[in-house]
Amino acid sequence: MSRRETLSRSALKLPAIVSLFIWSVIPLLMTLWFSFRRYNLMEPDRTGFDGFGNYRYLLSDPSLAMAIGNTVLLVASVLVITVGLGTLLAVLYDQVFFGRGIARVLVLAPFFIMPTVSALIWKNMMMHPDYGFIAFLMRSVGLKPIDWFAVAPLTSIIIIVSWQWLPFAVLTLLTSVQSLDSERKEAARMDGAGPVAIFRYILLPHLGRAISATVMIETIFLLGIFAEIYVTTSGGPGFASTNLSFLIYRYALLEYDVGGASVAGLVAIVLANILAFFLMRSFARNLDL
Amino acid sequence: MVLEKLITAFTLILLAGSQLCAQTTITIATVNNGDMIVMQRLAKQFEQQHPDIHLDWVILEEKILREKTTTDAAAHGGQFDVVTIGPLEAPIWGRRGWLLPLEGKLSPGYDLNDLLKPIRDGASDSGHLYALPFYAESSLTYYRKDLFRRAGLTMPAQPTYEDIARFARTLNDPVHDLSGICLRGKPGWGENMAYISTVANTFGGRWFDEAWRPQFDSPEWHTAVSFYINLLQKYGPPGSSSNGFNESLTLFENGRCAMWIDATVAAGTLSDARQSKVASTVGFAPAPIGVTPHGSQWLWFWALGVPSSSKHSEAALKFIEWATSKEYIQLVAQTNGWAAIPPGTRESTYQLPQYLASAPFAELTYHSIMAADPLHPTEKPVPYTGIQCIVIPSFPTIGNQVGQLIAAALVGSMSVDEALHKAQLATERVERHTGLLH
Repeated sequence: MSRRETLSRSALKLPAIVSLFIWSVIPLLMTLWFSFRRYNLMEPDRTGFDGFGNYRYLLSDPSLAMAIGNTVLLVASVLVITVGLGTLLAVLYDQVFFGRGIARVLVLAPFFIMPTVSALIWKNMMMHPDYGFIAFLMRSVGLKPIDWFAVAPLTSIIIIVSWQWLPFAVLTLLTSVQSLDSERKEAARMDGAGPVAIFRYILLPHLGRAISATVMIETIFLLGIFAEIYVTTSGGPGFASTNLSFLIYRYALLEYDVGGASVAGLVAIVLANILAFFLMRSFARNLDL
Repeated sequence: MVLEKLITAFTLILLAGSQLCAQTTITIATVNNGDMIVMQRLAKQFEQQHPDIHLDWVILEEKILREKTTTDAAAHGGQFDVVTIGPLEAPIWGRRGWLLPLEGKLSPGYDLNDLLKPIRDGASDSGHLYALPFYAESSLTYYRKDLFRRAGLTMPAQPTYEDIARFARTLNDPVHDLSGICLRGKPGWGENMAYISTVANTFGGRWFDEAWRPQFDSPEWHTAVSFYINLLQKYGPPGSSSNGFNESLTLFENGRCAMWIDATVAAGTLSDARQSKVASTVGFAPAPIGVTPHGSQWLWFWALGVPSSSKHSEAALKFIEWATSKEYIQLVAQTNGWAAIPPGTRESTYQLPQYLASAPFAELTYHSIMAADPLHPTEKPVPYTGIQCIVIPSFPTIGNQVGQLIAAALVGSMSVDEALHKAQLATERVERHTGLLH
């Protein structure tokens, strides 16, 4: 290949490289730039470089540790609940039973509801301590209703988000269950394997890939959960339900602190990369990445 | 013939088109409160009087509105021609040059001297007026006269917090879905902190001392917050920590609270039999006091200002004059009744016999507003102005964090000591970052 040819080939790649650059590197660099500057919309007189001032400010924020903890806890709990229940439901919905079509539609329904709307439904119609459905059920058996968002804010949000993401898990896992060759099950049954053994030794290994994909995709979306928290608890009481995306929102739009929000954004990127590293490592074999 | 008709039709279309081009469109950002919804409906009349001005409305919830208008003003985005702002924004934005100063720009017929002094002061900075008040409020004690009569209680002319605690204890009846008292618990500088500040003030506390050191670790704040939490935990409605102004209003007008201490602006809604089940029996008293009357009631207003980035400032000025004029108040009275007029902005409103006759709360509102002194909000001296909203740029940050911590103490996930200690540290941290405290 001549030198000219190599050059012209590189030239053809150039648009892709440039757009990738504009797409991802420039915003990152701007975030880095802002993170070192004094930049609060409400204080236009105080500008200029602040060294690591914004970093020190964020690291001294007691809500940062809580936000990181809450983010991890939220992602992990929702993953366990949706994948666990999702596997169970996928196996159930694979059986033939009366009204299966309707049941499948119903189990998928929550996924089509916008996050803000489902948060409102749960806040006002389900979990409200006064006129919510759960309060009604508890009162009717003589119990005192729970003020969900006050007593167990993070748990309440985990419940709402799990409800929203369960359909996704069911959908991907059900597809996988259905792709299992029925002859293999047949063979196992003839060899005397019970339903539990079939589930453990045939179905679960078969589901491995689908579970990996579900976990990956859900993690990406769950790291950025925001609307549910915004609508229901506003990150409180205290900082009990503040996650990283809510923390960034608080810095940027409630406190108008662009510098602080940029540092918080960088922390979120680091956290996401750490999670991605472990996820990739543990699932790489499964997914042929 | 056909050709002639076509030409006529064509000319008409052209004319209509040029008419549209001559029209100025102004974008108005406002809050979704009842009075502003009325303003939007009545603004049809303004458009009829000014066919060259077309109004475009952006009506949002308070928190989101503030986000949008602040970012727009700070960035000189020019998205809005009229913004709805409060006593926190008007002076600070004015000082920054984000708002047009208004004196000298208003038409001679607009009676500036008729505006209530505390409100006009609140919308000004170093002598320049930056926004025209649309409605203003202080706080009151609302109570149910029927329940008081049945229990043999009388509301004193000036209740103390000791009285309030006693009444709440007597009247609290959770079995019949009746709470002794409803108060704000939802975290936020404009939500629970607005009320809690007045409690702290009247128990002798202040936000900062003269050297800007936060005062949350003082015995006054401790007494005040303990009192508030104790009262609300024992005699408040379920789910208090998520109740703000609107939630409490709904509870009270549905007969679920025996008492409620909140904004005077609720009085009109509560007296309106179409909206309130307790309209015939609601009583009004001044906001309670603890150990000092200083800062026991708050002062708040919503005002209309014109951002300096507006490209249609003349049309915008015409609109804000119209919406805050005496004539507008008369117009609301004609269409919605006297009790529904935007209160608290003009002396002349409180001289209208029809208003005073049909609004039993009018005089009390007037006295509460006039008694509130944002320049001397507390018993001890302070370096700031503002009673429940301190006029410094970092106040939203500080107020929100303290509000969150007190809400955590309200639901019992933190002790009062712990919450106030954390509030102290959090405030010092923000102040050091913004250079207020060294």
